[in-house]
Amino acid sequence: MREMIMSELHQAVLELVRGFAHFLPRFIVLLIIAFAGWVVAYLLQIFLRSILRLIHFDKLSENAGASQLLTKAALPPPTELAGRFAFWIAWLGFILLGVSVLGISGLQDQVAKFFLFLPRLVVALFIMFLGLLGAGFVARAALLAAVNANVPSPRLLSVSIRMVIIIFAVSMMFEELGVAEQTVLVAFGIAFGAVMFGLAIAFGLGGKDLARRFLEDRFARAQHRHEHGDELSPL
Amino acid sequence: MMETKLADARSGEDSFLTDDFLRQLMSVGEADIIVGLPTLDNAKTISPILDAIQTGLVRFFPRDRAAIINADAGSHDGTRELAMAAAIDDVRRNSKVSALRTLHSISTQYDPSEGSALRSFLAAAELLRPRACAVISPDATHITPDWIANLLQPVYRESCDLVLPTYSRHKFDGILSTNLLYPMTRAIYGLRIREPYAAEFAFSGHLANDFMSQHSWREETARIGCETYFTATAITGGYRVCQSFLGVKDRTEARPADLVPAIRRTVGALFASLEPTFSSWSTRKGSHSIPTTGAEGEFTLEPLPINRTRLREMFASGVAELESVFRSILSPATLAELQRIAPREDAYYSAELWAKTIYEFAAAFHKSVINRDHIIQALAPLFRGRALTFLVENEQSTAAGVENNIEGLCLEFERWKPYLLELWQDGE
Repeated sequence: MREMIMSELHQAVLELVRGFAHFLPRFIVLLIIAFAGWVVAYLLQIFLRSILRLIHFDKLSENAGASQLLTKAALPPPTELAGRFAFWIAWLGFILLGVSVLGISGLQDQVAKFFLFLPRLVVALFIMFLGLLGAGFVARAALLAAVNANVPSPRLLSVSIRMVIIIFAVSMMFEELGVAEQTVLVAFGIAFGAVMFGLAIAFGLGGKDLARRFLEDRFARAQHRHEHGDELSPL
Repeated sequence: MMETKLADARSGEDSFLTDDFLRQLMSVGEADIIVGLPTLDNAKTISPILDAIQTGLVRFFPRDRAAIINADAGSHDGTRELAMAAAIDDVRRNSKVSALRTLHSISTQYDPSEGSALRSFLAAAELLRPRACAVISPDATHITPDWIANLLQPVYRESCDLVLPTYSRHKFDGILSTNLLYPMTRAIYGLRIREPYAAEFAFSGHLANDFMSQHSWREETARIGCETYFTATAITGGYRVCQSFLGVKDRTEARPADLVPAIRRTVGALFASLEPTFSSWSTRKGSHSIPTTGAEGEFTLEPLPINRTRLREMFASGVAELESVFRSILSPATLAELQRIAPREDAYYSAELWAKTIYEFAAAFHKSVINRDHIIQALAPLFRGRALTFLVENEQSTAAGVENNIEGLCLEFERWKPYLLELWQDGE
């Protein structure tokens, strides 16, 4: 009996040691991969920061309105943020690669899913950035055109255009990420439809007097200018 | 010889010059004088202008080979047909002097998205090798044959390379010229050129060739504002620049929508032309007069109805609504001062503040702090504010008073030039 217990114990210790001996090299490989990954990720961060500084990415983001959003959220400047994001994504990728070496069943599928998801995440962020860039540019162009054409409430017009483009970019981003695709699509459809319906009602009913005054004013003034020449001749 | 030049022209201006235009230029051969007439739907005014040009050439240059070149941007009112049908024989019959040499008249159509009429005239000058070229505006309904002599003779007989006009015009006409283009060009380049963006001007064949070899037509600002680049090339290239008094300049009917395109093709081009010429203008100090035939400009004083309320409202609303845009362009001090004056009934946009504003816009344009066209568009409401102050200041002024006012503004621009240099080099 005693011998049997001792034999089982010996067997268990042997299996544990064997398992540990089997696991230790893999763990060392994981550590090596993680360390190599850290070095690669750090170099990637430095390289990306340099490239972004070279193309004046911070100024581009400022023009797009992305910098202001980051400042409000107490986040670092866009170049720094993009650098850190690249660092963590790259390092996390290496760590997960190392974890897959451990051979833990079930974890490998998750690692594979993460690597499949990574390009979509990058594309989604790119879409969002382009959306913010486009929204900032178009909103400013609309604001300037409206001010120079003496259109009433130019800032409201500009903000509305910016919001529509941002909502559109956000819905595209979620669609790319595959997050609640149907919900986002329906929500976007409802929101966009509501905005358009609201505008139609506002202009058609609430703003009919304003619209009439605006048109009368515009054409009457144009006629008046034609008759009396009340505009500057700049050149 | 002509075939070689033709081949050169085809290689250099391959997509711009049409085969038909090249054939017409070949049939002319060589010319001593070229007069260019850019048009776009000018059927109402073109005939008397062509008549004045032809009479001027026959009367003042009877022994020289001359060609009138019409470059049309795609008229739909028969302008081109009128230009081509203009018969030189009618002029000869009515003129007391007979031309001893041939006077050619040719017409071409160009694509405005690829270049300006000036590009056609310069390309023609490269081929025809004239001694002198002139450009006449299709809106110059007050033109007389003397204009041709006044523009071309300084080039033809006195070796000037660029002749710019001075006019007799209403004190409140051309406010963009008197309040921005003239003072800034004078402060930057050190030459007192009254009309840096001229509708009528003359130049030597030598300057034309030099400009064609240097100028790139790829960028939009370089195409739409090439006249400004042309003047800048003449100044910085050490060419002889002079002025000639032409007479009365017509008041062009303007609409509010005309202001931004006008600012774009003049101020935008002026700002853009500062970059390639920086090494030349950055060292210049003060300003001096240039040789001028006749008066340096005259002002007429008859009452002119201008809607000041509208100017004030657009200035005030522009400053309020565009705050976010101005924050990218202007310094905090300048923006704060504008926000202080703009809402007031008696808004006073001083010469000093105006000069600083323009220099901050020029530096912002150079650094592309936002889209360059947006910077130019943002200037329009501020220009209305400055124009309003100019109208109020000179309401009761005599011609001498207006001249003094403009001189004061020019001196402010000259005084603040180091500020522009400081802004320009900041961060470089």
